[in-house]
Amino acid sequence: MDWIFLSELAINGALTGLLYSLFAIGLVLIYKASSVPNLAQGGLTMVGAYVVLALSHDAGLPLWLAIPLAAVIMFGLGFGIERVALRRLAGRPVVMILMMTLGLDIFLRGTTLAIWGGTSRSMELGVSYEPLFLGDIFVSRIHLVGAGVAIGLFVAFMLFFRSRTGIKLRAIADDYMASWSVGISVERGVGLSWALASVVAVAAGVIWGEIQGVDQALSLLLLKGLTVAVLGGLDSILGAVVAGIILGIIENVGSDFLDPLVGGGSRELIVAAVLILTVMIRPHGLFGRHDIERV
Amino acid sequence: MFYRLSGVHHANYVSDSRIFKVPADRNLAIFVFLFGLAAPFLLPSLYLNSYMLPWLIWTAAALGLNLVTGWAGQLHLGYAAVMAVGAYSAIHAARFGVPWEFALIIGGLASSVIGSLFAFAALRVKGLYLALTTLAMQFVMDWVLTHSPAISGGSHASLQSPTLALLGQDITSDTGYYYVAFGWCVLVTIFMLNLKRTGLGRALVAVREKDFAAAILGVNSFYYKILAFAASSFIAGVSGALLVATFFFLAAPEQFSVAVSIQVLAMVIVGGLGSIIGSYLGVALILLVPGLVNGIFAGGSQSLGMQINVETLAHIPNAVYGALIVIILLIEPLGLGKLYGNIRDYLMVWPFDQLRK
Repeated sequence: MDWIFLSELAINGALTGLLYSLFAIGLVLIYKASSVPNLAQGGLTMVGAYVVLALSHDAGLPLWLAIPLAAVIMFGLGFGIERVALRRLAGRPVVMILMMTLGLDIFLRGTTLAIWGGTSRSMELGVSYEPLFLGDIFVSRIHLVGAGVAIGLFVAFMLFFRSRTGIKLRAIADDYMASWSVGISVERGVGLSWALASVVAVAAGVIWGEIQGVDQALSLLLLKGLTVAVLGGLDSILGAVVAGIILGIIENVGSDFLDPLVGGGSRELIVAAVLILTVMIRPHGLFGRHDIERV
Repeated sequence: MFYRLSGVHHANYVSDSRIFKVPADRNLAIFVFLFGLAAPFLLPSLYLNSYMLPWLIWTAAALGLNLVTGWAGQLHLGYAAVMAVGAYSAIHAARFGVPWEFALIIGGLASSVIGSLFAFAALRVKGLYLALTTLAMQFVMDWVLTHSPAISGGSHASLQSPTLALLGQDITSDTGYYYVAFGWCVLVTIFMLNLKRTGLGRALVAVREKDFAAAILGVNSFYYKILAFAASSFIAGVSGALLVATFFFLAAPEQFSVAVSIQVLAMVIVGGLGSIIGSYLGVALILLVPGLVNGIFAGGSQSLGMQINVETLAHIPNAVYGALIVIILLIEPLGLGKLYGNIRDYLMVWPFDQLRK
């Protein structure tokens, strides 16, 4: 057993996993506030990446200006989506809410591609592709940057949830009837969670766009993001980060063992298996609340 | 003359449990059936083959999903995978030399077996978590299909369907394909229409509404959930097999990808959960309208002299398809079936509707 190779797989897996967390944090934010499983997060991520591209490449703005500007635009978009599409479905059965987010996902993807075209474009963040060696271990720089962004966002949200607005959001997540009766605007809180998730989508879109190019494949992150969110517990941001690392390691190390056996492409299989096993064994995930409805 | 409830009195239970309680509904259904029967003589074969035939087969498939999602209340995001099982087993059986009648049944039964595996997830969790599990199962099934050449048919991952032959007749004409699809769709529709009159249908509805309340009534919810999944998977399997045998002629894994699962669920929900006429309308909307809108865009841009990018045109149907789902859910979350029901109920008592107020 080659321990250096194994640890290299594990470390790179953990870094990739943190990038999944970046995606999953958006899902968790919305689920926490409104119990809506946001299957449109993949579409939002794609829109975020394309807006950054439109501002930086098409309009010629520098990246340090384009990304915050895109975040502001997406903040507005997230707010708008909640206001127009989701608020009227509040209290409906979960199947309709699920279908609504799926419809939004298809709509966002179709519209984005209709406007900007489907050819893959590069983000050109300016992170060098020089390999970085920590001892004997090879690490990709962009993954390191992305993992840093994920940790940074996690810390930022931890601090945010201690602020006045953050406490309101936590109250809404806990019990929205009670929040209503003490004068917290639940609608605005839920809208805010969508807006924040859209901002997270910009971060995920930029990092993933740099790694695999900006195209339709960005929305395929949904299954991995969902798996991370469910494994961590759908309403725990800490869970999303920890589960991201776990899934990344399992996926990277596991696919190295399984690929020779099944002839490649076992990553999807591992992710799907983790999702199924999590739901079967521990539906509330590692850090989630225990009130998941069981049969 | 307009008041279609006039003279309708249900004096005994048999008359009260008819499929069509109002003669006007029955007449409409008979009219639609006759139109479907006469369609090959009324419509040009292009319309028959590229619109009517997929519409009918997808309707049969959507009715199957409606059985499990609309009646039994179990979310299912892996329906295309179940259709794939039926399609591949039927075609492999037919290529092996089994007569098509039995090949279709083999496809349906194989789907039932695999589809019942999905039911074991439903025994453990429900709602969102069931949706996620079935979604993951769909990915597993996709993976198996694309990674096993023995099933998907060699390196090109496509499997030629042998000539369809039923009751000793080779079916090769457009009209023949259409009648096969029509017959299957009518069969499924009759099954679904009768479902709500039987104990099985009522048990499924009881499970949907509240599973422990159903248990108190003596309905074994585990048993009925598995039954619902198995029955709906049988319909899915035969529909998938017919889809390949009469429409695609070539089975490929992309025809049963996760996007297709989402599409069938969209058909069912846009049509209305638990509504049969809704499934017909929902399939028509999701299947036919995006292409129609695209045609309008292409024609409109040409006549206005505008140049629309080819790529833009290629993605407009997707955007329209997503927008349709969103708009219908905003207008009427219970779907087109409910919209139809509202109009029907209004016309049913017109012009005496003010009497009820």
